[in-house]
Amino acid sequence: MNAPLKLELGRRYRFSASHRLHTAHLTEEENYRVFGKCNNPYGHGHNYVVEVSVSGKVDPATGMIANLADLDAFVQHHVLEDFDHKSLNEDVPAFRDKVPTTENVCIEIFQRLKKFPLATLERVRVEETGKNSFEYAGENPEGNRP
Amino acid sequence: MVLITRKIEFSASHLYHNPSFSAEENRRIFGKCNNPHGHGHNYTLEVSVAGEPDPVTGMVLDLKELKEILEREVMQRMDHRHLNYEVPELSRQIPTCENIARVIWQLLDPKITHGKLHRVRLYESPDLFADCYRNGAVAAGKS
Ligand SMILES: [Zn+2]
Repeated sequence: MNAPLKLELGRRYRFSASHRLHTAHLTEEENYRVFGKCNNPYGHGHNYVVEVSVSGKVDPATGMIANLADLDAFVQHHVLEDFDHKSLNEDVPAFRDKVPTTENVCIEIFQRLKKFPLATLERVRVEETGKNSFEYAGENPEGNRP
Repeated sequence: MVLITRKIEFSASHLYHNPSFSAEENRRIFGKCNNPHGHGHNYTLEVSVAGEPDPVTGMVLDLKELKEILEREVMQRMDHRHLNYEVPELSRQIPTCENIARVIWQLLDPKITHGKLHRVRLYESPDLFADCYRNGAVAAGKS
C-alpha cells in the first residue's frame, strides 16, 4: 500500500557557462532571424540555477530521502564539473549537434541525473536568468514510479 | 481548481543526532549538522491550498483564516524554538526538512476545512527545501 504522503527533497545548484544558439540546419540569415542576439558567433553566457527534486522513502534513522552529501557529489560529478565555466557548444558533447537552448540543457541534465541511485529523480528546473526558467520531468512524469 | 499559497518565515535551531548511531557514525552521516550545541536557520514555509472559489465570496478560503491557522499551528510551535527539545512532534525524529515538512502537513491538514491542503514546501535555506504532498496528487497542481 502507498504511504498517504509523498515527500520530495529540492536542492539548488549554480553554474556559469556560455552558449551560442545556432543550428547547421538553417542558413545564416535564418539562424539570425530565429535566435536573434543569441546567435552572436562568439556566444554569450549565463549564471544558470539548477533546481533538482528527488523523491523516496524518508529513512527513519536519518530523517532523509537521500543524504545531501551524496546528492551534491553526484550532481557535482555528473553535471557541474562538465558544465561550469565551459562553453556548452564546444565542451559538452551532447550539444555538438543539438542547440544548447535551456530547454535542451534541462533535458540533458535530467538524463544525467536520472541515474542517481539513492532516490527517484522527479524533475529538473533550470533558470537561465532570474526571469525565465524551464522544467522537465521526463517523458512520462506521471508514469509508474516506485 | 485554484491554488492559493501563503508564505511565512520562522527562525529555529536544531541538530541532527541519532542515539542509536555511534558518535563517529553520527559525525559521518550528519556532518556539520551533528554539532551537539545545535545551529539555526531562517525557515521559509509555503503552504498551498487547492479548491474552487466560493460562488458568493469568490474565495477558496479566507486568507485571514489561513494566516491564523499558520500562526497557531506553526509560528507558536516553532518560531524561536529549538526543534529537537521544544517541539514534541519532532522530539523522536531527526528534524530534517523532510520531517519538519511532514509534521507541518500533519498539523495543518486537519485544520484546513475550506479547500484542501495541496502542498507544504519548507525551505531551510534558499538552496534546500522539502515538499510534502498527498500521495497521488499531481505535483504541478494540475487537476
Ligand atoms: Zn540545519
